[in-house]
Amino acid sequence: MPPVGALSHLRICDFTGQLAGAGATKWLAAFGAQVIRIEDPVTKGRWDILRGSPPFKDDRRGIEFGAGFQNHNVGKLGITLNVRTDRGKELLAELVRRSDAVTENFAAGVLERWGFGYPRLRELRPDIVYVSNCGFGQTGPYGTFKSWGPIAQAVSGLTFTSGLPDEDPAGWGYSFMDHTGGYAMAIAILMALFHRVRTGEGQWVDLSCTEAGAALHGPAMLDFDVNGRPMRRPGSPNSNRNAWPAMAPHGIYPGAGDDEWIAISCRDDAEWEALRTVAGAALPDRTAWASVRGRLDDQDALDAAVAAWTRGADRFATAAALRAAGVAAAPVRRPAERIDGDPATGAWPLWPTVAHGAMGDVRVDGLPVHLSETDWDMTTGAPLLGEHNDVVYGDLLGLSSSEIDGLRAEGVI
Amino acid sequence: MAGERGPLDGVRVVEIASEATAYAGKLLADHGATVVLVEPRAGSPLRWYEPFVDDVGDPERSLWWWHHQTSKHGVALDLDDPTDSRRLRALLAAADVVVEAEAPGRLAAAGLDPAAVRADAPRLVWTSITGYGPTDERSRQPFTDLTLLAEGGPVWSCGYDDHTLPPVRGGGGQAFNTGAHYAVMSILTALLYREHAGVGQRIDVNLYAAANVTTEFASYSWLVAGQTVQRQTGRHAAPNPSFPTQAATADGRHVNTGIPPRRPPEFRAVVAWLDELGIAEDFDGIGVLRLGAELDGEGEAGNVLDLAQIAEDDLMGEIFQSGRDAVIFIAAHVTAQEFMLGMQQRGMASGAINSPEEVLADPHFIARGWPTPVHQPELGRTVTYPGGPIRFGATPWSIRRTAPRLGEHDDTVFGSDGTVRFP
Repeated sequence: MPPVGALSHLRICDFTGQLAGAGATKWLAAFGAQVIRIEDPVTKGRWDILRGSPPFKDDRRGIEFGAGFQNHNVGKLGITLNVRTDRGKELLAELVRRSDAVTENFAAGVLERWGFGYPRLRELRPDIVYVSNCGFGQTGPYGTFKSWGPIAQAVSGLTFTSGLPDEDPAGWGYSFMDHTGGYAMAIAILMALFHRVRTGEGQWVDLSCTEAGAALHGPAMLDFDVNGRPMRRPGSPNSNRNAWPAMAPHGIYPGAGDDEWIAISCRDDAEWEALRTVAGAALPDRTAWASVRGRLDDQDALDAAVAAWTRGADRFATAAALRAAGVAAAPVRRPAERIDGDPATGAWPLWPTVAHGAMGDVRVDGLPVHLSETDWDMTTGAPLLGEHNDVVYGDLLGLSSSEIDGLRAEGVI
Repeated sequence: MAGERGPLDGVRVVEIASEATAYAGKLLADHGATVVLVEPRAGSPLRWYEPFVDDVGDPERSLWWWHHQTSKHGVALDLDDPTDSRRLRALLAAADVVVEAEAPGRLAAAGLDPAAVRADAPRLVWTSITGYGPTDERSRQPFTDLTLLAEGGPVWSCGYDDHTLPPVRGGGGQAFNTGAHYAVMSILTALLYREHAGVGQRIDVNLYAAANVTTEFASYSWLVAGQTVQRQTGRHAAPNPSFPTQAATADGRHVNTGIPPRRPPEFRAVVAWLDELGIAEDFDGIGVLRLGAELDGEGEAGNVLDLAQIAEDDLMGEIFQSGRDAVIFIAAHVTAQEFMLGMQQRGMASGAINSPEEVLADPHFIARGWPTPVHQPELGRTVTYPGGPIRFGATPWSIRRTAPRLGEHDDTVFGSDGTVRFP
């Protein structure tokens, strides 16, 4: 923990899990907020399936070894609490009274069924910020629907808009909307806290991951509304090409070797000329290609010609030559090539090592930002199940060690 | 449009127009901040981003611009003009937040060194978005959404089972949108600290790094286990191949089929659904599927087909596979929307794969009031914009004004006596 974190003055009563929720409070913890993550002792925290899911470090398995859980929960405190019990409800009420925000990404209505809907939270603390995050939001015909990243991506348009013509949707090969739902949730929490610090007013924020995802397709939606042009039409989408703004060539081309690829964008005619200079005689000389319009009208042939050239050389060398000539180009990097193979990410430092109670030292995703006065800090790993029960129930809520032992014996924590 | 108080009401922001700042500025402006967007006197190149109204190229007809610059005010200035540079410096010093994505060194060369401006305005939160960080040479070289996502990791994970096809960039400019999310998270963090401690700060947002930490399993499979994920059609890239989770539907669309049935009630629901559709006997696996439906219990812990059982017990494996096959078979006989509703009503997660225009027409989005009608003065009619990403109970998101025309607010912001004023 840095001496003064930007958010060290804040405490979060946190029920989030998976990535769409946990990713949000990971940010808060990295900037010093005291994030108290509450888990169910009955299920041993398995509501968050990542707790026991692969990948595993050193092939050690179990609820303390899921690398995703560890990655998304660094720097948080972890407690167990059985909110089905009366005593559990009392303790949760005490915790809410001492918290600035309550955060969760359960299915819609879960907190309310426990007796901790927004009206009750506000009773406990009038200026509480409550952010609920689920796939489809708390209201509407799909409010009860089940969701996770790939479902939210499908419904919001993100899956459809990723693909090649005459092929099925490619979609995103990971839960882009779990990451992005987490970003939207962090923004929701921070904006609501900012409003509160200036006005004293708390509020309930209803975050729907499908809405946060759908908001990322503005130009396509306006093109339909204004021009009547749907994105579902023959030949569309082709997300390796670029229509907004129009660029050609613009694509992912083969490099020499097995499953090796290079991305190239020529933003204007000057960059196309620069690419021709780098490629030399390997590219056919067609006058129609001198203008962007001519290249756009002949993109299949253009792409085939560029691919015939790039296929012959190492993608890193080609990208370097193009960049030196002023053309946007980049190798498609494998994980190893950007994590260990690019010194810039290590130097940022983008992969900090944290100490985890069961896994030992583990590298995690850091943050892609720096703040000059109060930068983020990641040193401690995700909490073990109930790791901070003594700290939270003892130091924060003031229970004696024998009272805490009693809670354990009664199955409350 | 206007009138409602957003969570950032009264926060004064200067944004220097860029593809990399646009969505961050929109998030701030639609949530109530007063954003002054600075572009060159000749107009920002972003005004020439397609699509255009009626496909007529014109700096006031770019729908890309209309979407990304909502709720902002606009002024036109040339950084290299000494008078304009002085006016901009006064504007920057009067702001709470600056968001810019100029190449490192560009603003200092124009007499607008961030450190110097901050020295005069210690409460200022100055946000610089760069491709690869302030010191990396690549930040001074050209990059695009495509090259950032290719180099930063997302592209490696996206595409098809067939690896003779190139990997795929996800659509919509998401390298910049992800950077924008991180920029806004950073700005809000800095503003909260400023409320607490009274000082501003300098923020660096690195787009390449943002892509790198937005790849889920790809990064941490390598970090903890040295495993390299491989792309697969419509589902997570993984170190080892997994079963398809995407199916074609009778209306020529696709669905995400979610997790296959694993509990006896789910098997019973799928059998009943096949019966309702009158296609049960057409399904090759119906016999095995019925065995799944006849398993005892309601699927509490002991009766779920667990993964170990599926792997080790041939019959359980066959039952599980028949469930997968059955939902894909059903999908081929119904529309994408019918499939999603049918699965969800039977307690199983699923999603129709919508195009952006289909989202605007979806009954759930409409019921929640998400598509947002906005009067567009250029057209003299109402245009439906995408709604907001977040629903605040007390301080709603809203589109407060349509995108600024070139120089629209020059006279509002800059007084003839050299003073500056936020609208």
